[in-house]
Amino acid sequence: MTVVLETINLAKRFTGIIATNDVSLRIEKGARHALIGPNGAGKTTLINLLTGVMKPSGGRILLDGEDISDVPTHKRVRLGIVRTFQINQLFGDLTPLETIGLAVSERRGQGLDWWRIVGSRPDLVSESVGILERFHLTDVIEERTAVLPYGKQRLLEIAVAIACRPRVLLLDEPAAGVPEDERHEILSAVAALPDDVTVLLIEHDMDIVFSFADRISVLVNGALFVEGTPEEVARDARVKAVYLGEEPVDA
Amino acid sequence: MLTILFDGIAYGMLLFVLASGLAVTLGLMNFVNLAHGSFAMAGGYITVVLVNWLGFPFFASLPLAFAASAVIGFIFERTLYVHVYRKPHLDQVLFTIGLVFMSVAALDYVMGSSQVFVQVPDYLQGQFNFFGVGIGRYRLLIIVICGLLTIALQFILAGTRFGSRLRAAVDDSRVARGLGINVNRIFAFTFAFGSGLAGLGGALGVEILGLDPTFPLKFMIYFLIVVTVGGTSSITGPFLASLLLGISDVAGKYYVPTLGSFVIYTIMIVVLIWRPQGLFSRASSR
Amino acid sequence: MIPPRPTILAATEWLSARARWHPLEFVFWIVAFAAIWLMPERHLILTEIAWLALFALSLDLILGYAGIISLGHAAFFGFGGYIAALLAKYEIVNEPVLALLIAGVGAMALGFVTSFLVLRGSDLTRLMVTLGVALLLRELANRYGWLTGGADGLQGAIIQPLFGTFRFDMFGHTGYAYSVTVLFILFLIARRLVNSPFGLSLMSVKGNPLRSSAIGISVDARLVAIYTIAAGYAGIAGALLAQTTAFASLEMFSFDRSADLLLVLIIGGAGYLYGGMIGAIIFKVMQDYLSALTPQYWPFWIGLVLVVIVLVGRDRITTWTTPFRRLAARLDWRAARRAAAASNEGQKP
Repeated sequence: MTVVLETINLAKRFTGIIATNDVSLRIEKGARHALIGPNGAGKTTLINLLTGVMKPSGGRILLDGEDISDVPTHKRVRLGIVRTFQINQLFGDLTPLETIGLAVSERRGQGLDWWRIVGSRPDLVSESVGILERFHLTDVIEERTAVLPYGKQRLLEIAVAIACRPRVLLLDEPAAGVPEDERHEILSAVAALPDDVTVLLIEHDMDIVFSFADRISVLVNGALFVEGTPEEVARDARVKAVYLGEEPVDA
Repeated sequence: MLTILFDGIAYGMLLFVLASGLAVTLGLMNFVNLAHGSFAMAGGYITVVLVNWLGFPFFASLPLAFAASAVIGFIFERTLYVHVYRKPHLDQVLFTIGLVFMSVAALDYVMGSSQVFVQVPDYLQGQFNFFGVGIGRYRLLIIVICGLLTIALQFILAGTRFGSRLRAAVDDSRVARGLGINVNRIFAFTFAFGSGLAGLGGALGVEILGLDPTFPLKFMIYFLIVVTVGGTSSITGPFLASLLLGISDVAGKYYVPTLGSFVIYTIMIVVLIWRPQGLFSRASSR
Repeated sequence: MIPPRPTILAATEWLSARARWHPLEFVFWIVAFAAIWLMPERHLILTEIAWLALFALSLDLILGYAGIISLGHAAFFGFGGYIAALLAKYEIVNEPVLALLIAGVGAMALGFVTSFLVLRGSDLTRLMVTLGVALLLRELANRYGWLTGGADGLQGAIIQPLFGTFRFDMFGHTGYAYSVTVLFILFLIARRLVNSPFGLSLMSVKGNPLRSSAIGISVDARLVAIYTIAAGYAGIAGALLAQTTAFASLEMFSFDRSADLLLVLIIGGAGYLYGGMIGAIIFKVMQDYLSALTPQYWPFWIGLVLVVIVLVGRDRITTWTTPFRRLAARLDWRAARRAAAASNEGQKP
């Protein structure tokens, strides 16, 4: 297997806190990789580093072997690193149709097109509608995003990311805060992601992690603690210790 | 040369007294009060009326200017400003610009549009020579009064219970509320006090800044420079910024009069771009 | 080939509906142009409304669509105005239309350079920076009096006839026809722009810059672009004023002008293209009436309107238009017919 996204000794220090400590992570093409760890382990910081929202204090990030550490966020999206947010970051005044249409037109590099009227490219509209259908959003495409039910907004979070046609998709707790009865809709959407998309999933819910991931990395205090297949991680006594709140014996 | 420095310091300290209330309200409620200068103008005109028309002694008029501006500030805060705190910045800007325009036109109506002066006692006029430095008596008075005020302010903020509550509220008003601090009351009081200080500054400033109904517009940019360059996390920041502004404005106009206010506007823009949090504020963790 | 599904039809219909011309828009522009012949005695104030509307449209592009607060939009207005007046005074460019374009391009250049100053920072920093830029320019125009006429304003410019034929007369007949035509052309361009993918991306940047960059939008580049365009619009508005009055003054850069402009836009409503136009009409009519009573105290009424608008709430202020909008919706028979067609389409198996 080939490595698509890799970090080498990645570090992020805030004043007095080390949020990411010497993380060297390799994510293989097509993987379903989960990143777990207790609260405050630095998972979201790691995503912010990978997407370029934050600048690393040290180390490098490679995509297909190319150093992208200094590439700004929006260019990383064009290169194929796309994320969702743990707390919805949507355009409240736009409708799902406009949101997805916007993401598609940006991906095609038509975002600076200021003369053509929105909706005048049939292929763009049909692609957008196709994505909305996949995420069961067709019944609300003309409503303002801000008034949608929370579960629909979570679906839209993922749909927007998919519209960017990611090569590596970073899912930051996709099911966070979703009521139990709407949960399966999100999970089936996550499970139905195309095989050629590499997924890095951040999740607290162990059921989701173990049903989804083929590889798991455990992050503790900003550092990589254990990495392996779900079976290996499940058996690992140190991981259990961390989750039960005890200090691991040999760490 | 030293005279210019002296004049600049006097000017800067006056600006500090004028603008310090704005720094606190901005820091406390994240409220953009462009109408701060209107309260200063109120203090100035009250002094003019008291001294020139009613024959009050100059020194007796100063505390009255303070008190009257504070009362006006308090009334405005309770009746009008409270409704605008939670609105977006655009609304705050529109609202306070509206107040500025109204105050400008209203004073024009009542007092006329020409510049007014206040009769300062004879013993405060003129200069004396101190080791070769020309010292304006009136400017010396300003430095003394403003200096004492600054020390008093520093003491109130650092040494009293009210001060510590105020600082807590500035740092994080949500947490402060959670601790049972009545942030609204603190804000009303601070707003009134800040308006009073502005009024006092306005009263002191009539003699050297001049006073006419467009005062709030003319000095709006100066107040904003003080708070943005100084930051709002302490009063030392605005204090240093005021001194810097006062000295550079006086020196700039003396040495390179052709450039006028060009120098300070440029400095302001550069500082805002370079350190958006203010030149003297603590480094933000964001 | 797969036949288009009803949802796609409905989606296309819905997306393009916004950009379609509403019957009232035709009415608006027909009235505006008809005034050239029907209201000759009002051409002076109509000309002022036209350039003010253009200026407000410019502010709307950055404030209403991209969310940038500016207290110094007069910087571009004054800059364009001085360029036009200087070109005429020194007889560098004699054709007004060409001079107008040059003024617009000049203001765009200034907008481009200063746009980098408003990229970062809070609303307060943006306020200060924009205000500072306008004050700087005013100070410059004041200092270089040998060129600009300083505090007395730039006098003695003679505007040559339009296309060499139409003279600018003292009743403003040519001026109004000229201004309203320029306004209409620039409005058409703005209308395309806000209804394009680019316009949509501006709204996304205003709504959530973090997510915008997460879908691959370069937030900074978009803001630079719209700020530059808006500056060009403001410069052309200023040039229209300078050309129709053959005069440019320091007052064109003033804070009051930027503040009045905010009021104009707020009265009409920000974030839709007719807001600035409607605001300009109301503002000028109000000004005409109130300043005839007491010219000196006119700012008091501006201030009062601003305070009342904020206290009542901007959203609630624009609800006065709701009955009109309902009426407008009923008037839009074509849209109704299309909606019916689309729903029929959807019901077919």
